Amino acid sequence: MAFFLETLLGGLMAGMLYSLVALGFVLIFKASGVFNFAQGAMVLFAALAMARFAEWIPQWTGIDSKLLANLLAFVLASAIMWAVAWLIEYLALRHLVNQEGTTLLMATLGISYFLDGLGQSLFGSNIYKIDIGMPKEPIMVFEGWLEGGMLINKEDLYAAMIAAVLVAGLTLFFQKTATGRALRAVADDHQAAQSIGIPLNRIWVIVWTVAGVVALVAGMIWGSKLGVQFSLTTVALRALPVVILGGLTSVPGAIIGGLIIGVGEKLSEVFLGPYVGGGIEIWFAYVLALVFLLFRPQGLFGEKIIDRV
Amino acid sequence: MSKKIGDVILDVNNISLSFGGVKALTDISFNVREHEIRAIIGPNGAGKSSMLNCINGVYTPQQGSISFKGQTFSHMDSHQVASMGIARTFQNLALFKGMSVIDNIMTGRNLRIKSNIFMQALRLGAAEREELQHREFVEHIIDFLEIQAYRKTPVGQLPYGLQKRVDLGRALAMEPKVLLLDEPMAGMNLEEKQDMSRFVLDINDEYGTTVVLIEHDMGVVMDISDRVVVLDYGKKIGDGTPNEVRSNPEVISAYLGTGH
Repeated sequence: MAFFLETLLGGLMAGMLYSLVALGFVLIFKASGVFNFAQGAMVLFAALAMARFAEWIPQWTGIDSKLLANLLAFVLASAIMWAVAWLIEYLALRHLVNQEGTTLLMATLGISYFLDGLGQSLFGSNIYKIDIGMPKEPIMVFEGWLEGGMLINKEDLYAAMIAAVLVAGLTLFFQKTATGRALRAVADDHQAAQSIGIPLNRIWVIVWTVAGVVALVAGMIWGSKLGVQFSLTTVALRALPVVILGGLTSVPGAIIGGLIIGVGEKLSEVFLGPYVGGGIEIWFAYVLALVFLLFRPQGLFGEKIIDRV
Repeated sequence: MSKKIGDVILDVNNISLSFGGVKALTDISFNVREHEIRAIIGPNGAGKSSMLNCINGVYTPQQGSISFKGQTFSHMDSHQVASMGIARTFQNLALFKGMSVIDNIMTGRNLRIKSNIFMQALRLGAAEREELQHREFVEHIIDFLEIQAYRKTPVGQLPYGLQKRVDLGRALAMEPKVLLLDEPMAGMNLEEKQDMSRFVLDINDEYGTTVVLIEHDMGVVMDISDRVVVLDYGKKIGDGTPNEVRSNPEVISAYLGTGH
């Protein structure tokens, strides 16, 4: 029982991180109808910026406190993600208004390669550490309740808390502020939004910035677990099944989809693995996504796709 | 009627618009005076919506200019149009379907919101107070349009006639000088049409809003408008009071056909 719960919990924690990356996809898709292939590149770019600034800031300014240096690095990296969002809007999106979805997808594919390259030439291409002081030691819980207790990774627990706070913050921002309302309006209907004077260009910069900051948080957490390296971009590929499962237009869908996939991966690996020879973790998510594409293409929470003929 | 009709507020000069080889509008000129209700009528495909879209900045005409409050533009920009005080509704409802009635109408206040994104996110006092003021204004509109009961309902779930009202409410929330209505009564039953006519007249009367409206229902047009422009195949074939237009032979033949 304890082992099952441990596996489940491990899956939930991993799923939380998938959710964060998926959230970036959903935000941009909702507001601009663009499937942003560059989300993975943004995660790497943001994480590289964060890792390197955290390293450079003490050298430049002589700040001793690690917390302060990390905080400054986070702020600087956010500012950089804002600049990236602004440039993407100014150089690419603005010229592609009303183009086919495929055109926009190709544009983000280009942006993704560009960001991969730019990030590594600006910040270096080694493996870097992000040390935000997350405790590494595991803790035992429920010792009185379960025989032998349950082992939880403290780091995972902190990561999950950060992710939860971020999601709660985003929800409040979208539902309760005037800018959030404008964002939802643009997501629903571009033309109507323009007619009441909502400036599309500014909204897109805001959305891409928010997606950039979400990428930064995701990159920071992954980076602190596994180090910042090029393979972070493949995290985006792991998040792809998540958005298919949850629905491209649904924020709760991204969260729940991520959790389902995280848990499914771990449970199937542990409990089915012995029978089919293991390695399920690698393909489980994609098979699940395939099943969804066949039977429920809009995902669990997405809007039903109705095509007028 | 005793209402005060003012000077020309919107002046359309020699507008021509074509899509590839198809001429949607040819050399159209007309003006709209302050406080009046101005109708644009014409058979299907006459170019009525294209005309509205030129004023609204959705389309850029190849020739001609549009003057608003004395300023002349060769092409209007959607955002600029909105900030100058021209609001519109849509023929095929363009509401934010997932959002509640209140939120939809609140988006109409967007241009008037002064507090910036950080103040809003941190819920600072000033941003909160501002939000409340706008909310109060929106409540008045909701009362006016008699949709109090549906405040929190997502508009996608409302019946068509009520969605049309929300569309109107969102435009009203901008406190526009000029209101462009694209077939506000299309697809409505008699009762809904009467309600909508009453709202349009009240808006015009109480707030002094200038109304430019496209409508198919001749009865409604003749009843509520002060002057009427008639388009046919992208050309202007009539312009005047409802009575003048009704007796114009060209207009009659466009609507009823003539024996050749």
